[in-house]
Amino acid sequence: MDPLALARWQFAITTVYHFFFVPLTLGLSVMVAIMETIYVRTGNETYKRMTKFWGKLFMINFAMGVVTGIVQEFQFGMNWSEYSRFMGDIFGAPLAIEALLAFFLESTFLGVWIFGWNRLSKGMHAAAIWLVAIASNLSAVWILIANSFMQQPVGYALENGRAVMTDFYALVTNPNIFYQFPHTVLSGFTTAAFFVLGISAYHILRKNEADLFKRSFRMAAVVGVISVALLIFNGHSQGQHMVQIQPMKTAAAEALWETEDPASFSLLTITDLSLRKEVFSIRIPKLLSLLSFNKLEGEVRGLNDLQAEFEQKYGPGNYIPPVAIPYWAFRIMVGLGFLMAAAAVVAIFLTYRNAFEKRAGLLRFFPLLILAPYLANTAGWTLTEVGRYPWVVYGLITLEDSVSQVVTGGMLLVSLIGYILVYSLLIFATVYLIRKYALAGPEPAVIETDDPVEPKPSLMGAQG
Amino acid sequence: MDLNITWFVLIAVLYIGFFVLEGFDFGVGILLPILGKKDVERRAIINTIGPHWDGNEVWLLTAGGATFAAFPQWYATMFSGFYLPLFLLLLALIVRGVAFEFRSQDDNPRWRATWDWAIFIGSLLAALLLGVAFTNLGRGVPIDANMQYAGGFFNLLNWYAVLGGVVSVLIFTLHGAIFLTMKTSDDLSKRAQRLANRLWLPTLIALVLFTVGTYFQTDILSDKGFPLGVMPLVAVVAVLLAGVFQRSGRQGWAFTMTSTGIAASIITLFTIMFPRVMISSLNPEWSLTIYNAASSQYTLRTMTIVALIFVPIVLAYQGWSYWKFRKRVRATPEDLVY
Repeated sequence: MDPLALARWQFAITTVYHFFFVPLTLGLSVMVAIMETIYVRTGNETYKRMTKFWGKLFMINFAMGVVTGIVQEFQFGMNWSEYSRFMGDIFGAPLAIEALLAFFLESTFLGVWIFGWNRLSKGMHAAAIWLVAIASNLSAVWILIANSFMQQPVGYALENGRAVMTDFYALVTNPNIFYQFPHTVLSGFTTAAFFVLGISAYHILRKNEADLFKRSFRMAAVVGVISVALLIFNGHSQGQHMVQIQPMKTAAAEALWETEDPASFSLLTITDLSLRKEVFSIRIPKLLSLLSFNKLEGEVRGLNDLQAEFEQKYGPGNYIPPVAIPYWAFRIMVGLGFLMAAAAVVAIFLTYRNAFEKRAGLLRFFPLLILAPYLANTAGWTLTEVGRYPWVVYGLITLEDSVSQVVTGGMLLVSLIGYILVYSLLIFATVYLIRKYALAGPEPAVIETDDPVEPKPSLMGAQG
Repeated sequence: MDLNITWFVLIAVLYIGFFVLEGFDFGVGILLPILGKKDVERRAIINTIGPHWDGNEVWLLTAGGATFAAFPQWYATMFSGFYLPLFLLLLALIVRGVAFEFRSQDDNPRWRATWDWAIFIGSLLAALLLGVAFTNLGRGVPIDANMQYAGGFFNLLNWYAVLGGVVSVLIFTLHGAIFLTMKTSDDLSKRAQRLANRLWLPTLIALVLFTVGTYFQTDILSDKGFPLGVMPLVAVVAVLLAGVFQRSGRQGWAFTMTSTGIAASIITLFTIMFPRVMISSLNPEWSLTIYNAASSQYTLRTMTIVALIFVPIVLAYQGWSYWKFRKRVRATPEDLVY
């Protein structure tokens, strides 16, 4: 077996899997923190029960994000050791800082939050979940600083065949981070919004805890509509940035083989990969130029031109990504983005007119839409990472030069099978639990009496 | 101050933090099916580390990240060279971590039993593998002229390293038993105490054998001489004292002594290695050192500033969280509901 192919599959599978859990953590942590803050400020018990209900789902998801994240941190050294040698000077720093600034904070205060309901004052307890939310989003900053370097290397020099850091400030203010960080965090908020919308819709339809779930639905509708709207604008500027820094990725995402000015946007393109040209295409004239430069003209360079330029610059080789993957990934991401935008507007409409009962038919779509952000997140990262092919760090080091030399195909195969087996079992357990708690709804409201309530044995299940 | 030495010391400190803290988590995990007879007792045992285990594990992540940032060649050589043990370690840490969070989320006894075994096996395997891997770091492994690991999986399974793994399991289990004596109450605490008393002698004997092995299998005496060569004995004395304190009912001191023993073992390892970070058993010239494996001075300086600011903050709030949860956990349903 080819070690490089196996290492790539392993990275793709473990990273996509890890990122099933991360976006929900980013968004839901903040939403739970808002719920608890409202509870602390108003004393309204419904918000306390909301906090606990959504907090429980948050915890299950968070645990999976944590344990699958360890693999990510080790994988660079295990499977991509030559990359680590070449890039450690720069890439290791944000990873270490992420652990020191963010992982300690989120893990410590999540523990405090889970076990601290009766030990901390209300305000302190709410502060704990805010710290978790801030830390989770802070970890996104640092890992995306690392990824931004891979997209757009800055603040470095080449010395003795290794990249060394020359400007830490340039590294953390990489222009790419200003597009990528908002995009990732807004995706997280969108994921959380649709998660809450879907589960709330399910219960509203069944008239179960309608008050609590209508409040949840309302909050999620607001978070959702703002996030998706910003996400679309931000995605547009990110696309324009991509044309500048990685024209090859843009050309691949558009299956644009020949340079065009003004450039057309592809609705459907079928390509003959061996001839490196399109055989069939429906295109909207000028639209790609408009999207890229906000005007009806402007040259967008095609794959063949870029290949020729790269060969001249970096020597012979194939510099064209596997076009079909970024092409479709881009369309899935954008398509789902607009679908979610429409759905978020519908959600606002339902809330605003209090039309939950009258328009029950519309509510029925929301549980299904929980999947939409997951697919869009996966497609987005697929575009970002596959579109950078064959580079691991754009223009600096290729996949082939990055893979570990001493790790054999057999070892990679064993570990790949191991991860797939364990991850499959865990996803069953996770979906089972999230489904179980989501469908069960919140714990019944406790009626305050003078006698201490005897906890039922079933409450044992509510431990962290 | 030499920044390369600073980072060597800092990484040692991170591993000390990890092994002292996560050490009792491993021990608690190993003792879970042994001490926890009833479901409520097992829940109480997990709750002693419930708020902390994840934060403790971050010490490992930070140590890994710091190695990557400060000594990328060390990170690359070690992680690709110790491939299969690290892969197994990852699986162990994954199932164990998920199990802590998932086991009580369902009432089904088979569900709970499955996760309890995952905690036991994950903790045992992680303790064993880390012991084997770190012992090999001190003994030296085949490293070629290009900084690449030139051995196989079985080079790592020599008798000295396996003994190191066994010592690691025993000392963490003892550490965990003493921790449980302090953090649980009533009958459970008494059973933990009895178990700690019984574990102590085998642990001490294994540690003594291992320490003898250290003098023969590593170059600590020839390379470091006196007084640094005495370092391995500190761990032996600490574990000896742990038993004395444990038997006289002074658990706080016993726990301090097992912590000291674990810390002394890590200090021993880093003493043996210095100034090397991967000792080549093929040719001393091919060893990775804190100089040829390091990042640029610029990176080291930047990271030093970051570490100086944030390590004290982390220590402060982690300490605060231990203080907040210092009370014993009682194995009664009312106490376990939050």
